[in-house]
Amino acid sequence: MKYIDEYRDPDLVRKLAVKIAGSIKRKWSIMEICGGQTHAIMKYNLPELLPPEITLIHGPGCPVCVTPLEKIDKALVLASSEGTILASFGDMMRVPGSSSDLLKAKAEGADVRIVYSPLDALKIAISNPDRNVVFFAIGFETTAPANALALIQAARLELTNFFLLSSHVLVPPAIHTILSSDDTLIDGLLAPGHVCTVTGYGDYIDLANKFNLPISVTGFEPIDILHGILTTVQMLESGLHEVKNCYSRSVNSKGNLHALKAMYDAFEVCDRQWRGIGLIPGSGLAIRDKYSAFDAEKHFPINNMISKEPEICIAGEVLRGISRPSDCPAFGISCTPEHPLGAPMVSSEGACAAYYHYKLLH
Amino acid sequence: MEITCPTPYNEFDKIVLAHGSGGRLSERLIHDIIIRELGDTYINSAHDGAVLDIPGKLAFTTDSFVVTPVFFPGGDIGHLAVNGTINDLVCCGAKPLYLSLSLIIEEGLLISELASVITSVANAARRTGIKIVTGDTKVVERGKADKIFINTTGVGSIPEGRIISPQRCTEGDVIIITGTIADHGISILSTREGLSFESPISSDCAPMNEIAELIFSITNDIHVIRDPTRGGVASALNEISHASGKGIMINEADLPLNPMVKGACEVMGFDPLYLANEGKLLVFLPGKYADDMVSAIRSHPYGRQAVIIGKVIGGEPVVKMKTLVGSTRIVEMITGEQLPRIC
Repeated sequence: MKYIDEYRDPDLVRKLAVKIAGSIKRKWSIMEICGGQTHAIMKYNLPELLPPEITLIHGPGCPVCVTPLEKIDKALVLASSEGTILASFGDMMRVPGSSSDLLKAKAEGADVRIVYSPLDALKIAISNPDRNVVFFAIGFETTAPANALALIQAARLELTNFFLLSSHVLVPPAIHTILSSDDTLIDGLLAPGHVCTVTGYGDYIDLANKFNLPISVTGFEPIDILHGILTTVQMLESGLHEVKNCYSRSVNSKGNLHALKAMYDAFEVCDRQWRGIGLIPGSGLAIRDKYSAFDAEKHFPINNMISKEPEICIAGEVLRGISRPSDCPAFGISCTPEHPLGAPMVSSEGACAAYYHYKLLH
Repeated sequence: MEITCPTPYNEFDKIVLAHGSGGRLSERLIHDIIIRELGDTYINSAHDGAVLDIPGKLAFTTDSFVVTPVFFPGGDIGHLAVNGTINDLVCCGAKPLYLSLSLIIEEGLLISELASVITSVANAARRTGIKIVTGDTKVVERGKADKIFINTTGVGSIPEGRIISPQRCTEGDVIIITGTIADHGISILSTREGLSFESPISSDCAPMNEIAELIFSITNDIHVIRDPTRGGVASALNEISHASGKGIMINEADLPLNPMVKGACEVMGFDPLYLANEGKLLVFLPGKYADDMVSAIRSHPYGRQAVIIGKVIGGEPVVKMKTLVGSTRIVEMITGEQLPRIC
């Protein structure tokens, strides 16, 4: 398949692996920020091809994993409300709330629909004018523009039965928080290629300068990831603290201006709670006042909820890259993909699920 | 001969509860729609059950079909209900002989749709020579079923010398798949989700009895045959590995994939190893027969893309895969349903 197979070419993979091994002189820890990258690293078991000096740390870039418990509890209440349809991306369905998840709620009679696009949720609202349709709008800068378009379109159509339960998050502030913590182990970063496709990589230049570390904007195929690792290692070994774009077939420095315009027309930056990490200033997107009629949290009485994470789960440490999933006492025992305690065990992009599904052979 | 679907005159165009009441409407439905459509594939004994005279060793299997949507590119629930049970018999090494047909119909189903499904049942049965010898029809209230559910139970006879079972999976066995994987899963998912591609992706729904006979024409020394339906190739291999206590190694680069299915999996975030097949077999056999076997299977239209995908190895009972890029990883059983990824 064009534009896919070239980036999985085993000969090129081997050459890159040899080149990485030849470039490295010291031990380095590199964080891949995006969950899609974690998934690919596990799916192709790339650590097996890398020299032992490299430790890959799995970052917080799984939108499902970092959606706060409280939002899931709100989604569960809305889904179970009379006359309401809750539309959600598929991998939110199994994420545990305080006492249930959307799949269980559906089994108990809630009308929960899996959609592939927020515009599908909009269509459900148009064809069910007598019901309230709430779209569970989660995601990073990659998903937010499409969710914004759904909102703008709903306003244009003057719909009164379409709402967003918004839980958008922004990558750079979260990385800032992780790098600022005293226990960070990170020497270099693979920046998320799809997020940078939308936003450009200006924010990552600021991070590289502030924390004196190299960043490679990286894609999602094995060749992309190894290219990102090689570039990061080369910068680390020569003491450079720059941002290099290793995903130039998709990313430019300015990003997608149309997408950004839609995103900031519908949303404004706000403080946001991250599951397992806590409150990060300026790390979320909230619905602007001019669209408040579409804000599920303003329309429905769901704002006085208290949610608490299971104590044994170390998702927060995993998301910050301090612990590995296998360090968790619950991993594979009381926490499995069938019965997840924390969100990283749910989505295939979550570090715990990726570890579980693609168990490394050593 | 493929028969078409001439819907007989009926004063109802939809199924009503009275069609399941056991009275005159039931009788008319059964005779005018079901028995007439089944034609020569139905042996009517006018009895409470079928009395069969089958010598030798028997295979006996049952399966229920609840697919949504009922009609999909490449087939419908009728084809699936016949071929699915035939393929289960084939996996026991049996020649399919007799089938039961039980229908649970939701009130409101169009009678023309029911007739279409029954025509598919008849065509699929005629294609393989299996006879439908008993059946049942029930109608349930709207919302209690999803258009139509079908259960079929099949009986087949196992010729002398065939011993097929997952426990016979042996170190050194070669593993063959009879064609491309994940076609049925993607056909259903893309129809269900209204996702369109350049041309519709067809299900591979097909009977595997002729391919099985080609396989046994090479040798009776076949250890395992399995149709990788729900849960896909990954789940079928894991079941065989666990049942036999043997490790399995497959090679990702050898897995045959229709390019459109591959593209759909990339777009929707699905792993083809976990998607259903309805017209494929996994065959485990001693390596010395492997090349002849692949050639024999490829001589059949349903087996043109047959290929060796791996072998049975020693060690722990796990399924491992050499990835496209040369590393090795474990292929786990599926957890719940595959859910589409957000990005």
